[in-house]
Amino acid sequence: MRTTFIESLSQAASENPDIWLLCGDLGYSVLEPFAAKFPERYLNVGVAEQNMAGMAAGIALSGKTVFIYSIGNFPTLRCLEQLRNDVCYHGADVKVVAVGAGYAYGGQGYTHHALEDAGIMSMLPGIEIFVPCDPMEVRAATRLIAASRKPSYLRLSRQGEPDLGAAVADPRKPRILRAGQEVVILASGPIASRALEAAGELAGRGREVGVVSVSCLKPLDDAAIRAAVRDASLIVTLEEHILRGGLFSLVAGAFAGDAQRPPVTGLGIPEQGGKTSSAGSREALLDAAGLSVQAIVARIEQSLAKR
Amino acid sequence: MTRPTLPANRPEPKEFARRIRAHALRMVHAAKASHIGGCLSMADILAVLYTRILRLDPAEPHSPGRDRFVLSKGHTTAIMYATLAECGFFSLAELDTYCRDGSIFTGHVSHAVPGVEVSTGSLGHGLPIAIGMALAARSAGAGSRVFCLLSDGECDEGSNWEGILFAPHHKLSNLCVIVDFNKIQSFGSVAEVLNLDPFAEKWKSFGWQVEEIDGHDVVALERLLSAVPAPSGRPTVVIAHTVKGKGVSFMENKLEWHYRSPSDELLAQALAEIGA
Repeated sequence: MRTTFIESLSQAASENPDIWLLCGDLGYSVLEPFAAKFPERYLNVGVAEQNMAGMAAGIALSGKTVFIYSIGNFPTLRCLEQLRNDVCYHGADVKVVAVGAGYAYGGQGYTHHALEDAGIMSMLPGIEIFVPCDPMEVRAATRLIAASRKPSYLRLSRQGEPDLGAAVADPRKPRILRAGQEVVILASGPIASRALEAAGELAGRGREVGVVSVSCLKPLDDAAIRAAVRDASLIVTLEEHILRGGLFSLVAGAFAGDAQRPPVTGLGIPEQGGKTSSAGSREALLDAAGLSVQAIVARIEQSLAKR
Repeated sequence: MTRPTLPANRPEPKEFARRIRAHALRMVHAAKASHIGGCLSMADILAVLYTRILRLDPAEPHSPGRDRFVLSKGHTTAIMYATLAECGFFSLAELDTYCRDGSIFTGHVSHAVPGVEVSTGSLGHGLPIAIGMALAARSAGAGSRVFCLLSDGECDEGSNWEGILFAPHHKLSNLCVIVDFNKIQSFGSVAEVLNLDPFAEKWKSFGWQVEEIDGHDVVALERLLSAVPAPSGRPTVVIAHTVKGKGVSFMENKLEWHYRSPSDELLAQALAEIGA
């Protein structure tokens, strides 16, 4: 995903001389191709995210499109007020790119887990939020935000994620990864691959399960999501993020006023306040958080049984 | 690229400062607003900037080649709006709406107001933005200079120190920071709350071109601010020693005038003292 992002950004930058990239001293072995190609428009600002975000606003208010890049919580929570006041309040053309969504930095511990970022960022006014599930969505979202002239947040993972579906027509629209109407799993981010595995497992048990990637959390295309779940008897949201503020909150909020709607089961990472996290790979931590494929299958079956 | 020039009929800085002090006093009084002390301490700095230094065109406030002024101490809006009105960015009559219901003239500086580059008010935001503007201006080769006014209390914020470390490393000579060093912050004196001493030495050790002057000496201010960009190739900081509430005897060096607005009587006395 990171490599796809930087390739897409380099492509956009070769077409648009106003695109800049700032990093907060992170991106080793990823950002170098951009730095080599566009040395005048690349800057490692040091480990100073508040300054990076404020500077990005100042550069953007001078007519540029500025990408800022760092790990998970650093270009987001660390400089949240700069993003609120300097970037979003001014409508500055700044793109916040966070690598290491969810448990991507698994073994590094809780400080490096991005579990609340998408929800917090989605509360900022006027920002668009993209949580792509595969390189295709990364490419499409990067192209879109490079040209949007709006503040954006792009949440990337960091492993060699495979493509999960066909080409992306419009990154603001939900993308059907697997057709199926009885249960529809709405997933955001690379955890969509677990949704696909769970859907396959449930199909073997006679359930018809569709999987839709919702990579654009804001603006949420609720009309298109509504169409995708029209015939479902159960909606499941799946995210590598706490339920509060993320995909589940946004979908549930969007459907709250509907007279008739299927129930929504939210699957995400439990809030962790006051608990230490254990070492482990992303996969192990997701399993421990109750998001193994088997656990997803079991929770969907439980929800169906309750109906 | 369009490069605005200095306006033709510029008042003398002292006369300009007298006018904006009077506007600010009336505005704060009418709105029962606060921060008059910090407005008065920076009046001479704004006067020199807006009559002698900044290349701006009120008819075209977004001209790409303009100089930038970033007010980082965003709470001192009355004097900022008064300055822009005096320069012709909008009419003086509009100052009467200051802090009124529905007005764009909010109590912390707003970019809805013509001539204001950025909204600030949460402290420690202006300098990083100014650094970004200075980088972009250097890249564009426009010759624009960026001036950023900080308060002393604001120098408690860590975000400033990130920027103070960054600007000399990148030789941003087109950037000039002015510190309105009036020695009183929100809840006490700077020395008591969080001492900045040795202040000039801190900036020097970070690699800045450091100048220290009486912030009410308009001749010295003009000389220093005209010297930006510094031939040294470094960013400049002008530590301007000022008096909180400058020009009004009962407000000078008084913490309470960070907050209070003058009564009818005190307003009359203040206006008389500044000669308005």
